[in-house]
Amino acid sequence: MTDTITIMLNGERHELASPTTARGLVSGIVDKEIGTDGTPADGTRLGIAVAVDGEVIRRGQWSDFALAEGHSVDIVTAVQGG
Amino acid sequence: MSWNIDDVTLNSRLVMGTGGASSLSILEQALDASGTELTTVALRRYDGQARDSVFALLQHLGIRILPNTAGCYTARDAVLTAQLAREALETNWVKLEVIADEETLLPDPVELFHAAEELVLDGFTVFAYTNDDPALAKRLEDAGVAVVMPAGAPIGSGLGILNPHNIDTIVSRAQVPVILDAGVGTASDAALAMELGCTAVLLASAVTRAHDATAMARAMSLAVESGHLAAHAGRIPKRPLALASSTFEGMVTPA
Repeated sequence: MTDTITIMLNGERHELASPTTARGLVSGIVDKEIGTDGTPADGTRLGIAVAVDGEVIRRGQWSDFALAEGHSVDIVTAVQGG
Repeated sequence: MSWNIDDVTLNSRLVMGTGGASSLSILEQALDASGTELTTVALRRYDGQARDSVFALLQHLGIRILPNTAGCYTARDAVLTAQLAREALETNWVKLEVIADEETLLPDPVELFHAAEELVLDGFTVFAYTNDDPALAKRLEDAGVAVVMPAGAPIGSGLGILNPHNIDTIVSRAQVPVILDAGVGTASDAALAMELGCTAVLLASAVTRAHDATAMARAMSLAVESGHLAAHAGRIPKRPLALASSTFEGMVTPA
């Protein structure tokens, strides 16, 4: 049986199967396979960063970072501006 | 014509913003016409739509990305945004923007200064968007920012350079490049910034919101280049009275 956790993802409640790593979450959201180094398997650049509870999680650590109940996760990218 | 930041050489002295364009294809044409080699983007929550395409566009055009911290009101938010930008876009360059209020979008000097200190310590190459205040510009430089970027006028206002004397003072005392940022409305504003000795000009709305963005982008490119040439060409002094350019010798006089 799989446990479910609830996190805040970009300001909204989001349910996840536990365990889910940051890499798994990002991979699901951008719909791309992501290697253990945090870069897409297709060789492109993601242009995405992840923060959990206000701390940046470097892409190289996504595989080892297990999300937990109550985590506040922000996934950001570049948009037109400035 | 070139200038350097860290060990990067840039040939264009026009830094573009990407905000305000009604479509990515108009933005692409404008960026192309501007000849820019450095362009800002903002950082926002990923929404699963085509939001990352400005990143793809800049990669495709081979334009270096300068992420900004637009929308931040506190040093704390600006530092986190800069750290996210460094991670997402793989650059330690950041345009630091910490605004005081939504109405003026002018920098909050206290939060700006604290954020600049922290980001410099954290290894960022900081392009500090600041008020046209010579004292604050100097303090930012002393804190270690790589570029000081005084506003000519409020962002998006198109009012031009409201206090040329302050920009002149900032430029004359700076040991780091000064980029005129914000307020540019038309080509003469960009040329004036360069004539005042700025290293470059950063603008967005003046181009992206112009009726013909591509034509205005080209105009800005030429204005920045001509202003830079004029600034270094040794202009004539201003005089109160005329100085004839034709000799009076050999004048024909009626008999």
